[in-house]
Amino acid sequence: MTNILIALVVLLAIVTLVQLTRVSELLGELKKQDVNEVTDEDNKTQGFLMLIIGMGFLVFVIWQMIEWNHLLLPEAASVHGQEIDVLMRFSMTLILVVFFIVTPMLFYFSYRYRGNKQNTAYFLVHNNKLEFIWTIIPTIVLTGVIIFGLKTWDKAMNVDTSDSQEIEVFVKQFQWLARFPGEDNILGKSNFQLITPTNVLGIDEEDLNAEDDKIVREVHLVVNEPVVLKFRSQDVIHSAFLPHFRVQMNCVPGLSTQFAFTPTKTTAQMKKEEGEDFEYVLLCNKICGAAHYNMQMRFVVETQEEYDLWLAKQKTISDKLLTQK
Amino acid sequence: MSGHHNETFITKYIFSQDHKMIAKQFLITGMIMAILGMLMSAVFRVQLANPGESSILYNLLPGGWVNELGALSPDKYLALVTMHGTILVFWVLTAGLSGTFANFLIPLQIGARDMASGFLNMLSYWFFFIATVILVWSIYVEGGPASGGWTIYPPLSALPQAIPGSGTGMTLWLISITLFVVGSLLGGLNYIVTILNLRTKGMSMQRLPLTVWALLVTAILGVLSFPVLLSCGLLLVFDRSFGTSFYLSDIVVNGEVLHHLGGSPILFEHLFWFLGHPEVYIILLPALGIISEVISVNARKPIFGYKAMVASILVIGFLSFIVWGHHMFMTGMNPFLGSVFTFTTLLIAIPSAVKVFNYLATLWRANIRFTPAMLFAIAGVSAFITGGLTGLILGDSALDINVHDTYFVVGHFHIVMGLSAIYGMLAGVYHWFPKMYGKMMNKNLGYVHFWGTFICAYGVFFPMHFLGLAGLPRRYYENTAFPMFDGLTDINSIITFFALSGAVVQVIFLFNFIYSIFKGTKTVQNPWKSNTLEWTTPIERIHGNWPGDLPSVHRWAYDYSKPGAEEDFILQTVPLKEGEKEEH
Repeated sequence: MTNILIALVVLLAIVTLVQLTRVSELLGELKKQDVNEVTDEDNKTQGFLMLIIGMGFLVFVIWQMIEWNHLLLPEAASVHGQEIDVLMRFSMTLILVVFFIVTPMLFYFSYRYRGNKQNTAYFLVHNNKLEFIWTIIPTIVLTGVIIFGLKTWDKAMNVDTSDSQEIEVFVKQFQWLARFPGEDNILGKSNFQLITPTNVLGIDEEDLNAEDDKIVREVHLVVNEPVVLKFRSQDVIHSAFLPHFRVQMNCVPGLSTQFAFTPTKTTAQMKKEEGEDFEYVLLCNKICGAAHYNMQMRFVVETQEEYDLWLAKQKTISDKLLTQK
Repeated sequence: MSGHHNETFITKYIFSQDHKMIAKQFLITGMIMAILGMLMSAVFRVQLANPGESSILYNLLPGGWVNELGALSPDKYLALVTMHGTILVFWVLTAGLSGTFANFLIPLQIGARDMASGFLNMLSYWFFFIATVILVWSIYVEGGPASGGWTIYPPLSALPQAIPGSGTGMTLWLISITLFVVGSLLGGLNYIVTILNLRTKGMSMQRLPLTVWALLVTAILGVLSFPVLLSCGLLLVFDRSFGTSFYLSDIVVNGEVLHHLGGSPILFEHLFWFLGHPEVYIILLPALGIISEVISVNARKPIFGYKAMVASILVIGFLSFIVWGHHMFMTGMNPFLGSVFTFTTLLIAIPSAVKVFNYLATLWRANIRFTPAMLFAIAGVSAFITGGLTGLILGDSALDINVHDTYFVVGHFHIVMGLSAIYGMLAGVYHWFPKMYGKMMNKNLGYVHFWGTFICAYGVFFPMHFLGLAGLPRRYYENTAFPMFDGLTDINSIITFFALSGAVVQVIFLFNFIYSIFKGTKTVQNPWKSNTLEWTTPIERIHGNWPGDLPSVHRWAYDYSKPGAEEDFILQTVPLKEGEKEEH
């Protein structure tokens, strides 16, 4: 029934359009002018609309910036993230300034130079000086942007991880897991061929380093202590995305990737600033299958004492093996 | 081969070798695919605004998309996103745009009777047509069409166990895209040869209209990059069907340990984006060419800085080959390599800025005639500015860490390459419709269509930047699992409202297009008072374009409002007056 109704509405709309078009053409014939010729009147209306709606677009942009500002991610909660934020503010300011200069010019020129049968355009072919200026200025500005960008990138990526807490983040369709290296601070060997329903990470149980490893479904970090996440994927490409820390890295089967960072704010602190519901969360950010939209793992940043308490409670692999036996 | 030979219905309308007819075939096929692609986006926009609910709108889309509850399931959602991307990127904005306007404009604007090889040209369309049939067919096969995103990254696209769409649907996708590439290579080679060899007397490279320059560089990009996509797809076929391990290694899926060892999915990404990035400019350059032409004609003013415009097309074309890595900053590539790609990527801003300033300078002190084509051309420049600027964020590897693969990217590329290119394409259709069909499109309907589209399009894509800055990843079926995104419901509803309204507005265009073909008012010889050669051909379509001798060219294409001339335009065929200087 609804389908028939929809069809009917569409049909009626088309009939209306046909009739309206016919009427406007007939009117044109009566007035002895071509309806499709653009008149000075048209130029006036369209030029005016260019100005009004063009400026309306800018107002819409400003409205969004004010109205939705509170929805944006809070300030970075990591050392390198704060530097990224500085670069982001700089780049955003730059592009907004350019946007709010160039866009009004485009719409204003359209309005200001709307056509008129009496007028003639100004014959201007080129102007080397002007062209030189607007090639050289973007070049200089971009040199700045590139240097600033590369410095920030270098700091974020080339981190000395010798003192960092190592944590393995393991991913498969559609779940995240993590492995802490235990007291020896060395992750035991693993191999995808060893993966079974009981050994989900494919850990080499012969490897002595693996005995004290701890597999967890939630990652705890110590505030202001450097950490390096080592990523492993078992099936397809996933992407580990921790937006609050400005951390993202693809997890690729057959390839080990990593991201090193230092969290600077505890979860408790963030709850105070952002509301009680706040949690650090790891999302999947690379299309990976039907439940791609529903993969998350909680991250908790806390003090050393809280962290030690939590870690002590987690079972090691040898504990688990014992209980199984 | 001038002229009038007997044409049957089949040689005239179906297996035509006339470039003008082939152009129309590309246009109509592209438009049908555009409708399909847009309906798909309407469906998933409804889902995003009302997650998991049923909607009667879902019934509008051909193919079985809904589950027994009448709602869209997550894997169908991904299938829709994938097909929407594939259709819009390849079918509409590559074949629909380049295929139409390269075919239509190249011979007409350079003064040739037809393409260098009419037969290859015909083949190019029919390869494209078969590709289209296979792609549409793939919607109906068991498991559904390809669902791993239009970029089809393995292992997801290689493993039917990982997602149902990677079964038969993916096989058909690969076959379809292979035929598509063959078609576009045949077309591209033809365009290049035609432009280089068949220019009429006096049509030096420095006198080519910017449309032809843009189409030339586009064709070169296509010929150099599409074969890489072909080999990239071929290796994927081997991995899928013949047990090789080019892209696969260390995989356990559904509890099964696969034998693949030593391959790298990252290799696929390198090969894919080696096409994928030039592809962006394969889409964008023809649109910018059309925009340049339409703006100059309707501003009644020469395009400002013709040589700089040509140079920036060439520079953009060159740079587009050495920036592909910016799609892969987060793959774990060596940070130094990331730095190199950041550097090359941000350089593209320079020729782009030059183009924008030249457009502004063209409009300055112009005498603008607001045809619907002109409105779309100006909107195209606006979209190029708006979307291009956010490229400065995404191209910067450090900033990309947090916006990569979020809605910020979706907003960015839909504006800079989606909107600019669609606006360019629509400007082209409105502008050259009289040449294609001998009729005028209704102006007032064009105005309504333009303003509706312009408002809705920014209403759809601008808010997406905020979703991205809030951290929302793209290709999420819904975001209810994450309390941090709860505030975004309003934005999603607004986007969906504009998306559906925008889709309805396109009905006006479709109506205008079809109505005008049959019932539109007849056009005059040169309705826009344009300088270029296509307006010297007869209104009635003839095979061979000019009934008598080919025209000879005596000046560049942009002598509008030249002081000392009687009218505000001078056809390229008009010889220079004594003492008149050719300027550009």
